[in-house]
Amino acid sequence: MTAVVHQPLSACPACAAVPAAQAVADVAQPEAQIALSLPTIHCAACISKVETGLNAHPGVISARVNLTLKRASIEAEPDVTAQEMADFVESLGYEAHELDPGTLSSTATDKMGRELLMRLAVAGFASMNVMLLSVAVWSGAEDATRDLFHWISAAIALPAIAFAGQPFFRNAWGALRHGRLNMDVPITLAILLAVGTSLWETTLSGDHAYFDAALTLTFFLLAGRYLDHRTRAVARSAAEELTALEVPRATRVRDGVEQQVALADLSVGDSILVRPGGRMPVDGEITQGMSELDRSLLTGETLPVQAAPGQLVSAGEVNLTGPLIIRANAVGKDTSLHQMADLVAIAESGRSRYTSLADKAAKLYAPGVHILSALAFVGWYLATFDLRTALNIAAAVLIITCPCALGLAVPAVTTAASGRLFRRGMLIKHETAIERLAQVDTVVFDKTGTLTTGTPVLINAEAIPEDKLAIAMALAQGSSHPLARAIVQAGQATGANPEQVHDITEVPGFGTQATLKGQEIRLGRASWTGGQAGEHTTTFLRIGEDAPVAFEFTDQLRAGAAEAVSALKKAGHTVYLMSGDTTPAVQSLANRLGITHWLAEALPADKSTRIQAMTEKGAHVLMVGDGLNDTAALSAAHVSISPASALDAARVASDIVLLGGDLAPIAEACTTARSATRRIRENFRIATVYNVIAVPLAVAGLATPLIAALAMSFSSITVSLNALRLR
Amino acid sequence: MNILAYLIPISLCLGGAGLAFFVYTVRSNQYDDPEGDARRILSDDYDERPKS
Repeated sequence: MTAVVHQPLSACPACAAVPAAQAVADVAQPEAQIALSLPTIHCAACISKVETGLNAHPGVISARVNLTLKRASIEAEPDVTAQEMADFVESLGYEAHELDPGTLSSTATDKMGRELLMRLAVAGFASMNVMLLSVAVWSGAEDATRDLFHWISAAIALPAIAFAGQPFFRNAWGALRHGRLNMDVPITLAILLAVGTSLWETTLSGDHAYFDAALTLTFFLLAGRYLDHRTRAVARSAAEELTALEVPRATRVRDGVEQQVALADLSVGDSILVRPGGRMPVDGEITQGMSELDRSLLTGETLPVQAAPGQLVSAGEVNLTGPLIIRANAVGKDTSLHQMADLVAIAESGRSRYTSLADKAAKLYAPGVHILSALAFVGWYLATFDLRTALNIAAAVLIITCPCALGLAVPAVTTAASGRLFRRGMLIKHETAIERLAQVDTVVFDKTGTLTTGTPVLINAEAIPEDKLAIAMALAQGSSHPLARAIVQAGQATGANPEQVHDITEVPGFGTQATLKGQEIRLGRASWTGGQAGEHTTTFLRIGEDAPVAFEFTDQLRAGAAEAVSALKKAGHTVYLMSGDTTPAVQSLANRLGITHWLAEALPADKSTRIQAMTEKGAHVLMVGDGLNDTAALSAAHVSISPASALDAARVASDIVLLGGDLAPIAEACTTARSATRRIRENFRIATVYNVIAVPLAVAGLATPLIAALAMSFSSITVSLNALRLR
Repeated sequence: MNILAYLIPISLCLGGAGLAFFVYTVRSNQYDDPEGDARRILSDDYDERPKS
């Protein structure tokens, strides 16, 4: 999860109070709807603690916790801000992050899912009642009783199918109108023909009516649809939550007054204050301040670059050391962040259109069934010249072959597989992602932020005398610079205590300085401390006029990175490393992980063309990346994964999101995907076997409604059970 | 067989009542937070009186 960056307080309280009051006046609305993400709640006590706490808070009208989504929705007085609420919940002892309600609105009411559930319930109710009546007919009800039961069945089935079958009818009509065939066309035809002939039989007081079959079919197929929908809804809501965690705000400075505004309200020429730790909201030019910028998400460079007035910055870069004031050159859709979308669009058009297994099956199946049923009709008509018998047989063939099991074959497996992967921290965003992941033979990793965390660690702590480390810790303590934090961490690990130093000042863009026993001490860049930069990322400590002490850093490996790479190689995949970082940095990482194919200093376009070239050679590429420079590559690859810490653009472009910080699940996911695809194929085979047994019976005119009902239920149940075997 | 004249309407009415209750539970958002609702029943916050 993304950590909330707490912004430092302003130096003068009055300056802060004025814009704060103004900001409140600006957002004044009748009632504020606030959504908070509470990732750590897990029990009944958590719910009641958060709810009673929030409800007792003045300004809160009502609050409700949703444990399934791990979210709290608060209805509050207009003057209550989301930040206040998040801080309040944190004071209760739970981690809380603000969510952008605008992004979440679509999940609030899941209308589609509710509609499907309603249709499923109606179909279930009707099929159970009709089945009860049918059991009486199968066990020997005759004459008037049978006719009565058939009429009652018809009275239940007709309205139920008219309501519950709508999704199939709509899809089938849509496909037919464009001159195509999909799975819904034979389904619709089977349902309509079954109901039609049954009605006709009933009016003639015939023996066989297929109302139960038509309804059970609708029920099973709707169950498949609902499973499918649930899987996707869960993934969508989790993906939306990741986006909603990034509330788009910026601090605009106008006539010396700071004001928090929404990104949408910024315009070109505005002055924007970006505090240390903040991300550039727009493209622009630095007008005031000195600092360093972390551009790793955009370019893959690990080393911070120096920032001074006059320099151009682009949206997405992170400001590290000193406050910067930038003048916006491009806002909203014009920023470089959004222009990257063009590159993505080009890459997407190059991606080979993947046909899902279900579509492939439908393409084979739909015409086959229609031809078979038509042949049965023609054959029987020519043999007997009895339209009624011929129509009955045709309907029986359609019902028996109807893809009840086929309709469940894919959703049952994908639901089981997505659930399994979700518990391991992987969010499957795209419906065919699992099938595509199963085909992967080449894996391309990005470096910064993907294989490495993007945070440096001190590697030569043993070589540094303890007193020097203590001094460096004292200097580093107050800074939010990643290298400074690495020094503090390393110092704490060795048990060193920071030295007492005076007059600590941060010199943005260079380092930190202070005085110790009358001597000036500096910790910072080579050029500023008189050090010699080496192969690694290095910072220097200079005490007085002594020779500077080097602190060397390397990028920390992400948890599970080594395991993931070795497991993928063991599974026979070719592993590549492509990064925008410098050659020595990429080379040392490739050596550390045992990756033989690597590419350094790659531009975003390089990455995607490389992947396209591999695809043309017949490889199925899995791209794992997080940065803006990976976005095009992510869309060009056969299937793509990005960590949750990635930029929004990268997460949107990828098919799977890794929710935890660990990379190890990637290798397991490939295995799971492969066994899921195997199960899908098995399910298709099971369904075919049932058809092979039942179709001759139907064509021979031996398929009674009882046989149809049995074949249908058994094949659906076997297919669902087979899906649950997934490991 | 005259008993059927009573039994069939009765069974349909019972089934219909079940369906109606299910529709009511869907409409009143009772499936939005299955995990939370399963735990809420264990909390004794509203044992004395319902939530006002």
